[in-house]
Amino acid sequence: MFRQSNVLPGFNISLGFTIFYLSLVVLIPLSAVFLKSFTLTWDQFWAAVTAPRVLASYRLTFGASLVAASINAVFGLLVAWVLVRYEFPAKKLVDALVDLPFALPTAVAGITLATIYAKNGWVGQFLAPLGIKVAFTPLGVVVALTFIGLPFVVRTIQPILEDFPKEMEEAAASLGATRVQTFVMVILPSIGPAVLTGFALAFARAIGEYGSVIFIAGNIPMVSEITPLMIVTKLEQYDEAGATSIAAAMLVASFLLLLGINLLQAWSSRVLPPAAPDQQEEPA
Amino acid sequence: MTSQAITLPRVYQVDAGPTSESTPFRRLLIVVALTFLAAFLWLPLAAVFVGALREGLGVYWEALTDPDALSAIKLTVIAALISVPVNMVFGIAAAWAIAKFEFRGKSLLITLIDLPFSVSPVIAGLLFVLLFGSHGWFGEFLAEHNIRIVFAVPAIVLATLFVTFPFVARELIPLMQEQGTEEEEAAIVLGASGWQTFWHITLPNIRWGLLYGVILCNARAMGEFGAVSVVSGHIRGLTNTIPLHVEILYNEYNATAAFAVATLLAFLALGTLAAKTLVARHLRGHH
Repeated sequence: MFRQSNVLPGFNISLGFTIFYLSLVVLIPLSAVFLKSFTLTWDQFWAAVTAPRVLASYRLTFGASLVAASINAVFGLLVAWVLVRYEFPAKKLVDALVDLPFALPTAVAGITLATIYAKNGWVGQFLAPLGIKVAFTPLGVVVALTFIGLPFVVRTIQPILEDFPKEMEEAAASLGATRVQTFVMVILPSIGPAVLTGFALAFARAIGEYGSVIFIAGNIPMVSEITPLMIVTKLEQYDEAGATSIAAAMLVASFLLLLGINLLQAWSSRVLPPAAPDQQEEPA
Repeated sequence: MTSQAITLPRVYQVDAGPTSESTPFRRLLIVVALTFLAAFLWLPLAAVFVGALREGLGVYWEALTDPDALSAIKLTVIAALISVPVNMVFGIAAAWAIAKFEFRGKSLLITLIDLPFSVSPVIAGLLFVLLFGSHGWFGEFLAEHNIRIVFAVPAIVLATLFVTFPFVARELIPLMQEQGTEEEEAAIVLGASGWQTFWHITLPNIRWGLLYGVILCNARAMGEFGAVSVVSGHIRGLTNTIPLHVEILYNEYNATAAFAVATLLAFLALGTLAAKTLVARHLRGHH
């Protein structure tokens, strides 16, 4: 019906199957959350999503996600920079291991982070004398979310930095810019959208994260309980309505973030291309 | 920008040059970056193996061959063996429709396919409790017919299907869009059937991208925790996957056994990274 003249077969069946399977596995189950929350009165819904313990969990989830994504924006940029610009031993191995948080199951990340950041753990023992407690505090949540988010930032910045034309830096240097000026005024504006996109992706992932956090967080009510854990807790208390209300609130937040990320990506792809044609015109 | 302005400064390049950092600063940046990676990635990875072998190989082996561990391994393999092929077929179909044809609502469809990535795993699990739990939409029907979905294997498979849904499709869609339709059109015009065209033209063209998507899909299917945790009910020997078994052991203060079982998942992760790196090299070579 919608298709253009095209000699290839299989449009109806492939699109039909795609929409059928998408509805079955994703859309119908997702609509269950919203339909279920519509069976509540507004007061019930509001009471569930604004209970003090739930509000505290939003503060922790959004706050820790924001801090972790910011740490990742800074150190992810540094890691991407070092990987693209410099040479050092075992660089390929270091590069491949950046994706570890994508590949390592979150439960494993959770127990191992909780162990090394405990006060007698490999890293925790050096922080304890400084009065810094990581495991079983909100700081532990930040550590887990930093682990989870790092590859999003590095992998978003890396290709942009690789394609960045050296000629632009040379031009800046020839016009008298210092290295710092070149970085701040030439390089950063070009990779800025990628840094921001990576930040947003890491933030979005952090908000929903569960497995890596619950082991290190300690899960103390009002102090170190994340919102996904509140959903699980409500379910364990057979409070499906409460769990669903919080889930609906979180889904709305996630979808708004997704929309923002799509806009960001559209923006960054518009900011970047001008560099490419110049580069191609350059004689070898 | 003239080419003189671009090439001139090369004359003045001494030592590090105007477009690079001084050697000490460069070293400092490398050290800071690697220290960060060590604290957040490498040490946690190493700690899994150290924690597992702390009490010797005997205890390690015992933890892995415990009947509950073996049944967790079996269930994890079953869930992956179902969800990976199903999502692979879906990924190919979706990419075929999206990359080879023009239709209205295409970008909306692409966004919807990516949706499971922005849903918290816990919510993914909750969805299937709402549908198939005892108070769910189909709860009464299922109870009458004595079918168990939640707190049983079917819900574990469903939750895994949901969280691994986009992996293959999102690898294939951009790859097939880039490859266009000319080769397939030529085959069809020359008299090949649709299936022949797919097997002999499309599939060889997308095989590395497909493999890449399958590797990522499998890693997530075997490692998923949050979604599976909500629907599993944690019944030992019946509805525990490897990640859930790790959790139970850890919460029972049996850290050595927890880390021992966790090494299986760490090996899976390392294998995934190695395979992914190799396949990515082929993917780039094909362009």
